Amino acid sequence: MNPYLAGFLLGLVLLGTIYVTGRGLGASGAVKSVVLSSVVKVAPQHSANTPFIKTYSEEHPDGPLKDWLVFEVIGVIIGAFFSGVISNRVGIKLERGPNITNRTRIIAAIVGGGFFGFGSQLGRGCTSGAALSGMAVMSFGGIITMFAIFGSGYAVAYFFRKLWLK
Amino acid sequence: MGPLVPFIISNEFNLIIALIAGIGFGFVLEQAGFSSTKKLVGLFYGYDFTVLKVFFTAGVTAMIGVLLLGHWGLLDLSLIYINPTFLWSALLGGAIMGVGFIIGGFCPGTGVCAAAIGKLDGMAFMFGTGLGVLVFAVGYPMLEKIYLGEAWGGVLMSDVLGMSKIVFAILLTITAFVAFYFTGLIENKVNGVQSEVDKKKRSIYISAIGFAFVVLAVIVFMPDSKSRLESRITKELNHKDFTTFLVPADKLAGEIVNNYYQINIIDVRSPEAFKDYHLPFAINIPVEKLNDRQWKEIIDQKHKVNYFYADEIQVAEKAYLMADHLGKADNFILLESAANFRKLFSELTPPGPDANKKEINTYNFRLKAAKDMKMLVDALKNSSEPGSVKTSKIKGGC
Repeated sequence: MNPYLAGFLLGLVLLGTIYVTGRGLGASGAVKSVVLSSVVKVAPQHSANTPFIKTYSEEHPDGPLKDWLVFEVIGVIIGAFFSGVISNRVGIKLERGPNITNRTRIIAAIVGGGFFGFGSQLGRGCTSGAALSGMAVMSFGGIITMFAIFGSGYAVAYFFRKLWLK
Repeated sequence: MGPLVPFIISNEFNLIIALIAGIGFGFVLEQAGFSSTKKLVGLFYGYDFTVLKVFFTAGVTAMIGVLLLGHWGLLDLSLIYINPTFLWSALLGGAIMGVGFIIGGFCPGTGVCAAAIGKLDGMAFMFGTGLGVLVFAVGYPMLEKIYLGEAWGGVLMSDVLGMSKIVFAILLTITAFVAFYFTGLIENKVNGVQSEVDKKKRSIYISAIGFAFVVLAVIVFMPDSKSRLESRITKELNHKDFTTFLVPADKLAGEIVNNYYQINIIDVRSPEAFKDYHLPFAINIPVEKLNDRQWKEIIDQKHKVNYFYADEIQVAEKAYLMADHLGKADNFILLESAANFRKLFSELTPPGPDANKKEINTYNFRLKAAKDMKMLVDALKNSSEPGSVKTSKIKGGC
Protein backbone atom coordinates (compact mmCIF):
# COMPACT_ATOMS: atom_id res chain seq x y z
CA MET A 1 0.00 0.00 0.00
CA ASN A 2 1.19 3.50 -0.72
CA PRO A 3 2.68 4.76 2.57
CA TYR A 4 0.81 8.06 2.46
CA LEU A 5 -2.48 6.30 1.85
CA ALA A 6 -1.69 3.92 4.70
CA GLY A 7 -0.83 6.88 6.90
CA PHE A 8 -4.06 8.65 5.99
CA LEU A 9 -6.10 5.55 6.79
CA LEU A 10 -4.22 5.06 10.05
CA GLY A 11 -4.92 8.69 10.88
CA LEU A 12 -8.62 8.11 10.28
CA VAL A 13 -8.60 5.01 12.51
CA LEU A 14 -6.91 7.07 15.21
CA LEU A 15 -9.29 9.99 14.75
CA GLY A 16 -12.30 7.68 14.89
CA THR A 17 -10.98 6.11 18.07
CA ILE A 18 -10.48 9.50 19.69
CA TYR A 19 -13.93 10.64 18.60
CA VAL A 20 -15.67 7.58 19.97
CA THR A 21 -13.64 6.85 23.10
CA GLY A 22 -11.76 10.08 23.85
CA ARG A 23 -8.44 8.24 23.85
CA GLY A 24 -5.90 7.14 21.29
CA LEU A 25 -4.41 3.83 20.29
CA GLY A 26 -1.74 1.89 22.12
CA ALA A 27 0.19 -1.32 22.28
CA SER A 28 2.66 -1.58 25.13
CA GLY A 29 -0.07 -1.03 27.70
CA ALA A 30 -1.61 -4.34 26.70
CA VAL A 31 1.70 -6.10 27.29
CA LYS A 32 1.83 -4.45 30.68
CA SER A 33 -1.68 -5.65 31.52
CA VAL A 34 -0.95 -9.22 30.55
CA VAL A 35 2.45 -9.36 32.24
CA LEU A 36 1.44 -7.73 35.49
CA SER A 37 -1.76 -9.74 35.83
CA SER A 38 0.19 -12.93 35.25
CA VAL A 39 2.57 -11.92 38.00
CA VAL A 40 -0.36 -11.31 40.31
CA LYS A 41 -1.72 -14.79 39.47
CA VAL A 42 1.60 -16.59 39.83
CA ALA A 43 3.02 -14.77 42.81
CA PRO A 44 0.33 -12.89 44.71
CA GLN A 45 2.55 -12.51 47.73
CA HIS A 46 5.33 -10.92 45.76
CA SER A 47 2.93 -8.62 43.88
CA ALA A 48 1.56 -7.20 47.07
CA ASN A 49 5.09 -6.11 47.96
CA THR A 50 5.84 -4.58 44.58
CA PRO A 51 4.43 -1.07 44.54
CA PHE A 52 4.14 -0.72 40.74
CA ILE A 53 2.16 -3.95 40.42
CA LYS A 54 0.07 -3.13 43.45
CA THR A 55 -0.99 0.21 42.01
CA TYR A 56 -1.80 -1.49 38.75
CA SER A 57 -4.01 -4.15 40.32
CA GLU A 58 -5.79 -1.51 42.34
CA GLU A 59 -6.56 0.41 39.18
CA HIS A 60 -7.78 -2.71 37.40
CA PRO A 61 -9.95 -4.56 39.86
CA ASP A 62 -11.64 -6.54 37.08
CA GLY A 63 -8.43 -8.05 35.76
CA PRO A 64 -6.74 -7.69 32.40
CA LEU A 65 -9.61 -9.08 30.38
CA LYS A 66 -11.50 -5.87 31.00
CA ASP A 67 -8.66 -3.69 29.85
CA TRP A 68 -9.29 -1.51 26.81
CA LEU A 69 -5.83 -1.98 25.37
CA VAL A 70 -5.91 -5.76 25.72
CA PHE A 71 -9.05 -5.83 23.58
CA GLU A 72 -7.48 -3.40 21.16
CA VAL A 73 -4.36 -5.53 20.75
CA ILE A 74 -6.48 -8.64 20.20
CA GLY A 75 -8.01 -6.58 17.39
CA VAL A 76 -4.54 -5.70 16.10
CA ILE A 77 -3.68 -9.40 15.88
CA ILE A 78 -6.89 -10.11 13.97
CA GLY A 79 -6.47 -7.11 11.66
CA ALA A 80 -2.82 -7.82 10.93
CA PHE A 81 -3.51 -11.50 10.30
CA PHE A 82 -6.34 -10.65 7.93
CA SER A 83 -4.11 -8.19 6.10
CA GLY A 84 -1.38 -10.83 5.91
CA VAL A 85 -3.82 -13.32 4.44
CA ILE A 86 -5.04 -11.04 1.67
CA SER A 87 -1.48 -9.95 0.84
CA ASN A 88 -0.20 -13.53 1.06
CA ARG A 89 2.35 -12.84 3.76
CA VAL A 90 1.30 -15.33 6.43
CA GLY A 91 3.74 -18.07 7.33
CA ILE A 92 6.34 -19.04 9.89
CA LYS A 93 9.32 -16.87 9.00
CA LEU A 94 12.34 -15.26 10.52
CA GLU A 95 13.63 -12.06 9.08
CA ARG A 96 17.22 -11.04 9.73
CA GLY A 97 20.09 -8.99 8.38
CA PRO A 98 22.37 -10.73 5.85
CA ASN A 99 25.35 -11.09 8.20
CA ILE A 100 23.84 -12.61 11.30
CA THR A 101 22.58 -16.04 12.26
CA ASN A 102 19.02 -16.90 13.18
CA ARG A 103 20.13 -17.33 16.75
CA THR A 104 21.63 -13.84 16.91
CA ARG A 105 18.47 -12.42 15.43
CA ILE A 106 16.24 -14.06 18.03
CA ILE A 107 18.48 -12.92 20.86
CA ALA A 108 18.58 -9.39 19.45
CA ALA A 109 14.80 -9.36 19.12
CA ILE A 110 14.37 -10.41 22.74
CA VAL A 111 16.95 -7.89 23.98
CA GLY A 112 15.48 -5.13 21.83
CA GLY A 113 12.02 -6.02 23.05
CA GLY A 114 13.33 -5.84 26.59
CA PHE A 115 14.62 -2.33 26.05
CA PHE A 116 11.38 -1.29 24.40
CA GLY A 117 9.25 -2.82 27.12
CA PHE A 118 11.27 -1.17 29.84
CA GLY A 119 11.38 2.19 28.05
CA SER A 120 7.68 2.15 27.29
CA GLN A 121 6.87 1.82 30.98
CA LEU A 122 9.23 4.61 31.93
CA GLY A 123 8.03 6.83 29.08
CA ARG A 124 4.35 5.99 29.71
CA GLY A 125 3.72 4.66 26.25
CA CYS A 126 5.35 3.45 23.10
CA THR A 127 5.38 4.60 19.52
CA SER A 128 1.61 4.14 19.34
CA GLY A 129 0.35 5.31 22.70
CA ALA A 130 2.80 8.11 23.41
CA ALA A 131 4.20 9.22 20.06
CA LEU A 132 1.38 8.73 17.56
CA SER A 133 -1.61 9.32 19.81
CA GLY A 134 0.29 12.10 21.55
CA MET A 135 0.89 13.84 18.25
CA ALA A 136 -2.81 13.64 17.36
CA VAL A 137 -3.75 15.55 20.51
CA MET A 138 -0.59 17.72 20.47
CA SER A 139 0.58 16.41 23.82
CA PHE A 140 3.98 17.85 24.68
CA GLY A 141 4.99 14.71 26.57
CA GLY A 142 3.97 12.47 23.67
CA ILE A 143 5.83 14.51 21.09
CA ILE A 144 9.08 14.74 23.06
CA THR A 145 8.89 10.99 23.65
CA MET A 146 8.61 10.60 19.89
CA PHE A 147 11.70 12.75 19.32
CA ALA A 148 13.57 10.81 22.00
CA ILE A 149 12.70 7.46 20.40
CA PHE A 150 13.74 8.42 16.89
CA GLY A 151 16.62 10.62 18.00
CA SER A 152 18.16 7.86 20.06
CA GLY A 153 17.48 5.39 17.25
CA TYR A 154 19.53 7.50 14.87
CA ALA A 155 22.21 8.09 17.50
CA VAL A 156 22.88 4.38 18.05
CA ALA A 157 22.03 3.09 14.57
CA TYR A 158 25.68 3.19 13.51
CA PHE A 159 26.79 0.86 16.32
CA PHE A 160 24.26 -1.79 15.45
CA ARG A 161 24.61 -1.61 11.67
CA LYS A 162 26.04 -5.14 11.53
CA LEU A 163 22.66 -6.45 12.65
CA TRP A 164 20.96 -5.07 9.58
CA LEU A 165 23.30 -4.04 6.77
CA LYS A 166 25.70 -5.88 4.52
CA MET B 1 -20.97 15.40 20.63
CA GLY B 2 -17.89 13.25 21.04
CA PRO B 3 -16.28 11.57 22.79
CA LEU B 4 -19.19 9.13 22.76
CA VAL B 5 -17.85 7.10 25.69
CA PRO B 6 -19.16 7.08 28.38
CA PHE B 7 -22.07 9.41 27.63
CA ILE B 8 -23.55 7.71 24.60
CA ILE B 9 -21.69 4.42 24.46
CA SER B 10 -21.35 2.45 27.67
CA ASN B 11 -18.02 1.42 29.10
CA GLU B 12 -18.87 -2.22 28.46
CA PHE B 13 -19.51 -1.67 24.80
CA ASN B 14 -16.31 0.36 24.71
CA LEU B 15 -14.39 -2.91 24.77
CA ILE B 16 -16.04 -3.90 21.50
CA ILE B 17 -14.98 -0.52 20.11
CA ALA B 18 -11.44 -1.36 21.27
CA LEU B 19 -11.54 -4.57 19.29
CA ILE B 20 -12.79 -2.79 16.17
CA ALA B 21 -10.23 0.02 16.49
CA GLY B 22 -7.53 -2.60 16.95
CA ILE B 23 -8.57 -4.46 13.82
CA GLY B 24 -8.32 -1.24 11.81
CA PHE B 25 -5.00 -0.40 13.45
CA GLY B 26 -3.47 -3.83 12.84
CA PHE B 27 -4.76 -4.03 9.29
CA VAL B 28 -3.30 -0.68 8.28
CA LEU B 29 0.03 -1.31 10.03
CA GLU B 30 0.41 -4.64 8.27
CA GLN B 31 -0.68 -3.22 4.91
CA ALA B 32 1.91 -0.47 5.30
CA GLY B 33 4.53 -3.20 5.50
CA PHE B 34 5.29 -2.71 9.19
CA SER B 35 5.37 -6.42 9.88
CA SER B 36 8.76 -6.43 8.22
CA THR B 37 11.63 -5.29 10.37
CA LYS B 38 13.70 -4.41 7.30
CA LYS B 39 11.16 -1.80 6.38
CA LEU B 40 11.12 -0.43 9.92
CA VAL B 41 14.85 -0.07 10.48
CA GLY B 42 15.25 1.33 6.97
CA LEU B 43 14.30 4.61 8.54
CA PHE B 44 17.49 4.66 10.57
CA TYR B 45 19.79 3.67 7.72
CA GLY B 46 18.21 5.91 5.14
CA TYR B 47 17.11 3.33 2.61
CA ASP B 48 13.42 3.25 3.43
CA PHE B 49 11.46 6.09 5.00
CA THR B 50 8.09 4.34 4.97
CA VAL B 51 7.84 4.60 8.75
CA LEU B 52 8.22 8.35 8.68
CA LYS B 53 5.74 8.71 5.83
CA VAL B 54 3.07 6.57 7.43
CA PHE B 55 3.64 7.86 10.93
CA PHE B 56 3.72 11.54 10.08
CA THR B 57 0.77 11.32 7.69
CA ALA B 58 -1.27 9.50 10.32
CA GLY B 59 -0.35 11.96 13.06
CA VAL B 60 -1.10 15.03 10.96
CA THR B 61 -4.36 13.56 9.65
CA ALA B 62 -5.59 12.74 13.14
CA MET B 63 -4.41 16.05 14.55
CA ILE B 64 -6.17 18.13 11.91
CA GLY B 65 -9.23 15.93 12.30
CA VAL B 66 -9.31 16.45 16.05
CA LEU B 67 -9.05 20.21 15.59
CA LEU B 68 -11.78 20.24 12.94
CA LEU B 69 -14.19 18.17 15.03
CA GLY B 70 -13.48 20.42 18.00
CA HIS B 71 -14.04 23.50 15.87
CA TRP B 72 -17.41 22.26 14.70
CA GLY B 73 -18.42 21.38 18.23
CA LEU B 74 -18.57 17.66 17.44
CA LEU B 75 -15.80 16.70 19.84
CA ASP B 76 -15.26 18.10 23.31
CA LEU B 77 -11.52 18.74 23.34
CA SER B 78 -11.54 19.36 27.07
CA LEU B 79 -12.49 15.73 27.65
CA ILE B 80 -10.08 13.85 25.43
CA TYR B 81 -7.06 12.19 26.96
CA ILE B 82 -3.87 14.22 26.76
CA ASN B 83 -0.77 12.23 27.61
CA PRO B 84 0.65 13.91 30.69
CA THR B 85 4.18 15.22 30.52
CA PHE B 86 6.81 13.90 32.88
CA LEU B 87 9.90 15.41 31.34
CA TRP B 88 12.65 13.09 32.53
CA SER B 89 10.84 9.84 32.09
CA ALA B 90 9.56 10.90 28.65
CA LEU B 91 13.08 11.67 27.43
CA LEU B 92 14.86 8.78 29.09
CA GLY B 93 12.11 6.28 28.33
CA GLY B 94 12.08 7.45 24.71
CA ALA B 95 15.85 7.11 24.43
CA ILE B 96 15.73 3.56 25.79
CA MET B 97 12.93 2.72 23.37
CA GLY B 98 15.06 4.04 20.50
CA VAL B 99 17.83 1.61 21.42
CA GLY B 100 15.29 -1.19 21.62
CA PHE B 101 14.00 -0.22 18.18
CA ILE B 102 17.44 -0.55 16.59
CA ILE B 103 18.38 -3.80 18.32
CA GLY B 104 15.00 -5.48 18.12
CA GLY B 105 13.78 -4.05 14.84
CA PHE B 106 10.21 -3.49 16.02
CA CYS B 107 8.11 -1.40 18.29
CA PRO B 108 5.34 -3.08 20.30
CA GLY B 109 2.55 -2.32 17.81
CA THR B 110 4.49 -3.54 14.81
CA GLY B 111 5.91 -6.48 16.77
CA VAL B 112 2.36 -7.66 17.44
CA CYS B 113 1.58 -7.38 13.72
CA ALA B 114 4.68 -9.36 12.79
CA ALA B 115 3.88 -12.05 15.35
CA ALA B 116 0.31 -12.20 14.06
CA ILE B 117 1.44 -13.22 10.58
CA GLY B 118 3.87 -15.81 11.91
CA LYS B 119 7.18 -13.96 12.16
CA LEU B 120 9.29 -15.65 14.81
CA ASP B 121 11.35 -12.53 15.43
CA GLY B 122 8.13 -10.62 16.11
CA MET B 123 7.15 -13.20 18.70
CA ALA B 124 10.62 -13.06 20.26
CA PHE B 125 10.39 -9.28 20.38
CA MET B 126 7.04 -9.38 22.15
CA PHE B 127 8.42 -11.90 24.64
CA GLY B 128 11.29 -9.51 25.29
CA THR B 129 8.85 -6.63 25.70
CA GLY B 130 7.08 -8.57 28.40
CA LEU B 131 10.39 -9.17 30.16
CA GLY B 132 11.23 -5.48 29.95
CA VAL B 133 7.90 -4.55 31.53
CA LEU B 134 8.54 -7.03 34.30
CA VAL B 135 12.02 -5.66 34.97
CA PHE B 136 10.56 -2.18 35.17
CA ALA B 137 7.82 -3.28 37.56
CA VAL B 138 10.28 -4.98 39.86
CA GLY B 139 12.82 -2.16 39.70
CA TYR B 140 10.21 0.57 40.04
CA PRO B 141 11.19 1.73 43.55
CA MET B 142 14.61 2.68 42.20
CA LEU B 143 13.13 4.49 39.23
CA GLU B 144 10.30 6.27 40.97
CA LYS B 145 12.16 9.54 41.20
CA ILE B 146 12.77 9.70 37.48
CA TYR B 147 9.34 8.31 36.72
CA LEU B 148 7.53 11.05 38.60
CA GLY B 149 10.04 13.88 38.16
CA GLU B 150 9.21 17.15 36.39
CA ALA B 151 5.48 16.47 36.21
CA TRP B 152 3.95 19.13 33.99
CA GLY B 153 0.51 17.61 33.62
CA GLY B 154 -1.37 17.49 30.33
CA VAL B 155 0.39 20.35 28.61
CA LEU B 156 0.17 20.78 24.88
CA MET B 157 2.96 21.39 22.44
CA SER B 158 1.30 24.66 21.51
CA ASP B 159 1.25 25.82 25.15
CA VAL B 160 4.95 25.16 25.55
CA LEU B 161 5.81 26.98 22.35
CA GLY B 162 3.46 29.81 23.22
CA MET B 163 1.37 29.64 20.09
CA SER B 164 -2.22 28.75 19.31
CA LYS B 165 -3.13 25.18 18.48
CA ILE B 166 -3.91 25.98 14.90
CA VAL B 167 -0.59 27.74 14.28
CA PHE B 168 1.22 24.71 15.62
CA ALA B 169 -0.91 22.44 13.45
CA ILE B 170 -0.04 24.47 10.35
CA LEU B 171 3.67 24.41 11.19
CA LEU B 172 3.64 20.67 11.82
CA THR B 173 1.79 20.05 8.56
CA ILE B 174 4.33 22.09 6.62
CA THR B 175 7.15 20.25 8.40
CA ALA B 176 5.60 16.94 7.40
CA PHE B 177 5.43 17.85 3.71
CA VAL B 178 8.96 19.22 3.70
CA ALA B 179 10.18 16.05 5.44
CA PHE B 180 8.42 13.88 2.87
CA TYR B 181 10.16 15.71 0.07
CA PHE B 182 13.68 15.58 1.49
CA THR B 183 13.48 12.00 2.76
CA GLY B 184 12.49 11.08 -0.77
CA LEU B 185 15.73 12.63 -1.99
CA ILE B 186 17.76 10.83 0.68
CA GLU B 187 16.07 7.52 -0.18
CA ASN B 188 17.04 7.92 -3.82
CA LYS B 189 20.60 8.74 -2.95
CA VAL B 190 21.13 5.87 -0.52
CA ASN B 191 19.54 3.36 -2.86
CA GLY B 192 21.37 4.82 -5.85
CA VAL B 193 18.24 5.18 -7.95
CA GLN B 194 16.49 8.07 -9.60
CA SER B 195 12.83 7.33 -8.95
CA GLU B 196 10.57 9.89 -10.52
CA VAL B 197 7.07 10.47 -9.26
CA ASP B 198 4.83 10.03 -12.29
CA LYS B 199 2.37 12.64 -13.38
CA LYS B 200 -0.75 11.01 -12.04
CA LYS B 201 0.78 10.40 -8.63
CA ARG B 202 2.10 13.94 -8.51
CA SER B 203 -1.32 15.42 -9.09
CA ILE B 204 -2.76 13.20 -6.35
CA TYR B 205 -0.05 14.36 -3.95
CA ILE B 206 -0.63 18.00 -4.80
CA SER B 207 -4.37 17.64 -4.25
CA ALA B 208 -3.74 15.92 -0.92
CA ILE B 209 -1.49 18.75 0.21
CA GLY B 210 -4.09 21.24 -1.00
CA PHE B 211 -6.82 19.39 0.87
CA ALA B 212 -4.85 19.49 4.12
CA PHE B 213 -4.43 23.24 3.86
CA VAL B 214 -8.06 23.82 2.87
CA VAL B 215 -9.15 22.05 6.04
CA LEU B 216 -6.67 24.10 8.09
CA ALA B 217 -8.02 27.26 6.43
CA VAL B 218 -11.57 26.28 7.35
CA ILE B 219 -10.50 26.04 10.98
CA VAL B 220 -8.73 29.40 10.83
CA PHE B 221 -11.32 31.43 8.97
CA MET B 222 -14.71 29.96 9.77
CA PRO B 223 -16.19 30.94 13.12
CA ASP B 224 -16.40 27.94 15.43
CA SER B 225 -19.67 26.46 16.61
CA LYS B 226 -19.51 28.20 19.97
CA SER B 227 -19.08 31.72 18.62
CA ARG B 228 -21.71 31.06 15.94
CA LEU B 229 -24.20 30.09 18.61
CA GLU B 230 -23.17 33.04 20.72
CA SER B 231 -23.76 35.56 17.93
CA ARG B 232 -27.08 33.97 17.04
CA ILE B 233 -28.21 34.25 20.64
CA THR B 234 -27.07 37.85 20.92
CA LYS B 235 -29.05 38.66 17.81
CA GLU B 236 -32.19 36.95 19.03
CA LEU B 237 -31.86 38.51 22.44
CA ASN B 238 -32.42 41.90 20.85
CA HIS B 239 -35.30 40.93 18.62
CA LYS B 240 -37.26 38.15 20.21
CA ASP B 241 -40.46 38.87 22.06
CA PHE B 242 -40.39 36.81 25.24
CA THR B 243 -43.87 37.74 26.53
CA THR B 244 -45.39 34.33 25.93
CA PHE B 245 -42.57 32.60 27.77
CA LEU B 246 -42.64 34.71 30.88
CA VAL B 247 -44.15 33.09 33.93
CA PRO B 248 -45.12 35.06 37.03
CA ALA B 249 -43.93 33.88 40.43
CA ASP B 250 -47.38 32.79 41.61
CA LYS B 251 -47.82 30.50 38.66
CA LEU B 252 -44.41 28.95 39.14
CA ALA B 253 -45.11 28.44 42.82
CA GLY B 254 -48.29 26.62 41.86
CA GLU B 255 -46.33 24.45 39.44
CA ILE B 256 -43.81 23.64 42.14
CA VAL B 257 -46.50 22.60 44.57
CA ASN B 258 -48.52 20.54 42.12
CA ASN B 259 -46.09 19.37 39.45
CA TYR B 260 -42.63 19.50 40.99
CA TYR B 261 -41.75 16.19 39.35
CA GLN B 262 -42.47 17.52 35.89
CA ILE B 263 -40.38 20.66 36.00
CA ASN B 264 -36.78 21.71 36.20
CA ILE B 265 -36.11 24.94 37.99
CA ILE B 266 -32.77 26.16 36.85
CA ASP B 267 -30.90 28.88 38.62
CA VAL B 268 -28.51 30.39 36.12
CA ARG B 269 -26.77 32.71 38.59
CA SER B 270 -23.39 32.16 40.13
CA PRO B 271 -22.88 29.31 42.63
CA GLU B 272 -22.40 31.87 45.41
CA ALA B 273 -25.74 33.53 44.77
CA PHE B 274 -27.32 30.10 44.54
CA LYS B 275 -25.89 29.11 47.87
CA ASP B 276 -27.19 32.25 49.46
CA TYR B 277 -30.76 31.69 48.30
CA HIS B 278 -32.46 29.61 45.68
CA LEU B 279 -35.94 28.55 44.76
CA PRO B 280 -37.21 25.24 46.07
CA PHE B 281 -35.94 22.31 43.97
CA ALA B 282 -33.77 24.63 41.91
CA ILE B 283 -30.53 23.37 40.44
CA ASN B 284 -27.67 25.67 39.71
CA ILE B 285 -26.23 25.91 36.23
CA PRO B 286 -24.46 29.23 35.71
CA VAL B 287 -25.48 30.65 32.35
CA GLU B 288 -21.98 30.43 30.89
CA LYS B 289 -21.89 26.73 31.66
CA LEU B 290 -25.28 25.93 30.23
CA ASN B 291 -23.81 24.55 27.04
CA ASP B 292 -21.57 22.04 28.80
CA ARG B 293 -22.55 18.61 27.67
CA GLN B 294 -23.03 17.32 31.18
CA TRP B 295 -26.18 19.41 31.54
CA LYS B 296 -27.79 18.33 28.31
CA GLU B 297 -29.50 15.33 29.83
CA ILE B 298 -31.06 17.55 32.44
CA ILE B 299 -32.09 20.42 30.23
CA ASP B 300 -33.22 18.36 27.30
CA GLN B 301 -35.84 16.06 28.79
CA LYS B 302 -38.96 15.17 26.90
CA HIS B 303 -41.31 15.18 29.85
CA LYS B 304 -39.88 18.03 31.83
CA VAL B 305 -40.45 21.72 31.43
CA ASN B 306 -37.60 24.08 32.24
CA TYR B 307 -38.02 27.29 34.19
CA PHE B 308 -35.05 29.62 34.18
CA TYR B 309 -34.47 32.43 36.61
CA ALA B 310 -31.72 34.88 37.50
CA ASP B 311 -31.35 38.28 39.07
CA GLU B 312 -31.76 40.09 35.78
CA ILE B 313 -34.34 39.09 33.29
CA GLN B 314 -31.86 39.40 30.39
CA VAL B 315 -29.70 36.68 31.86
CA ALA B 316 -32.67 34.39 32.21
CA GLU B 317 -33.68 35.21 28.65
CA LYS B 318 -30.23 34.28 27.42
CA ALA B 319 -30.43 31.00 29.29
CA TYR B 320 -33.83 30.43 27.71
CA LEU B 321 -32.37 30.91 24.23
CA MET B 322 -29.41 28.64 24.92
CA ALA B 323 -31.69 25.91 26.18
CA ASP B 324 -33.93 26.43 23.19
CA HIS B 325 -31.01 25.74 20.85
CA LEU B 326 -29.82 22.85 22.91
CA GLY B 327 -32.90 20.68 23.00
CA LYS B 328 -36.56 20.26 22.34
CA ALA B 329 -37.90 20.68 25.87
CA ASP B 330 -40.36 23.46 26.69
CA ASN B 331 -38.66 26.41 28.32
CA PHE B 332 -40.01 29.29 30.35
CA ILE B 333 -38.62 32.28 32.17
CA LEU B 334 -39.51 33.43 35.66
CA LEU B 335 -40.71 37.00 35.39
CA GLU B 336 -39.48 37.94 38.84
CA SER B 337 -35.91 37.97 39.97
CA ALA B 338 -34.65 35.50 42.54
CA ALA B 339 -34.73 38.20 45.19
CA ASN B 340 -38.35 39.07 44.41
CA PHE B 341 -39.43 35.47 44.59
CA ARG B 342 -37.83 35.27 47.98
CA LYS B 343 -39.70 38.38 49.11
CA LEU B 344 -43.01 37.05 47.82
CA PHE B 345 -42.79 33.65 49.45
CA SER B 346 -40.10 33.49 52.11
CA GLU B 347 -40.50 36.94 53.59
CA LEU B 348 -44.22 37.21 53.31
CA THR B 349 -45.75 40.28 54.94
CA PRO B 350 -49.43 40.09 55.99
CA PRO B 351 -51.73 42.58 54.24
CA GLY B 352 -52.80 45.66 56.17
CA PRO B 353 -56.26 46.05 57.66
CA ASP B 354 -57.56 47.97 54.66
CA ALA B 355 -56.54 45.33 52.15
CA ASN B 356 -59.11 44.34 49.60
CA LYS B 357 -60.31 40.82 49.02
CA LYS B 358 -57.95 40.17 46.15
CA GLU B 359 -54.94 41.09 48.17
CA ILE B 360 -56.01 38.85 51.00
CA ASN B 361 -56.57 35.97 48.58
CA THR B 362 -53.12 36.46 47.11
CA TYR B 363 -51.63 36.54 50.57
CA ASN B 364 -53.36 33.34 51.56
CA PHE B 365 -52.32 31.65 48.36
CA ARG B 366 -48.69 32.58 48.86
CA LEU B 367 -48.73 31.60 52.47
CA LYS B 368 -50.07 28.17 51.61
CA ALA B 369 -47.75 27.77 48.64
CA ALA B 370 -44.73 28.68 50.77
CA LYS B 371 -45.80 26.15 53.37
CA ASP B 372 -46.41 23.44 50.79
CA MET B 373 -43.12 24.10 49.07
CA LYS B 374 -41.28 23.86 52.33
CA MET B 375 -43.07 20.67 53.20
CA LEU B 376 -42.27 19.15 49.82
CA VAL B 377 -38.64 20.11 50.02
CA ASP B 378 -38.37 18.57 53.48
CA ALA B 379 -40.20 15.43 52.43
CA LEU B 380 -38.12 14.93 49.35
CA LYS B 381 -34.84 16.07 50.77
CA ASN B 382 -33.13 12.78 50.19
CA SER B 383 -34.75 11.64 47.01
CA SER B 384 -34.87 14.86 45.09
CA GLU B 385 -31.26 15.93 45.37
CA PRO B 386 -30.32 16.71 41.81
CA GLY B 387 -27.96 13.95 40.83
CA SER B 388 -24.67 15.63 40.25
CA VAL B 389 -23.38 14.48 36.91
CA LYS B 390 -19.89 13.16 37.33
CA THR B 391 -17.41 14.45 34.86
CA SER B 392 -15.71 11.31 33.85
CA LYS B 393 -12.03 11.26 33.30
CA ILE B 394 -10.91 9.40 30.27
CA LYS B 395 -7.98 7.15 30.75
CA GLY B 396 -5.62 6.47 27.94
CA GLY B 397 -2.03 6.07 27.06
CA CYS B 398 -0.01 3.08 26.30
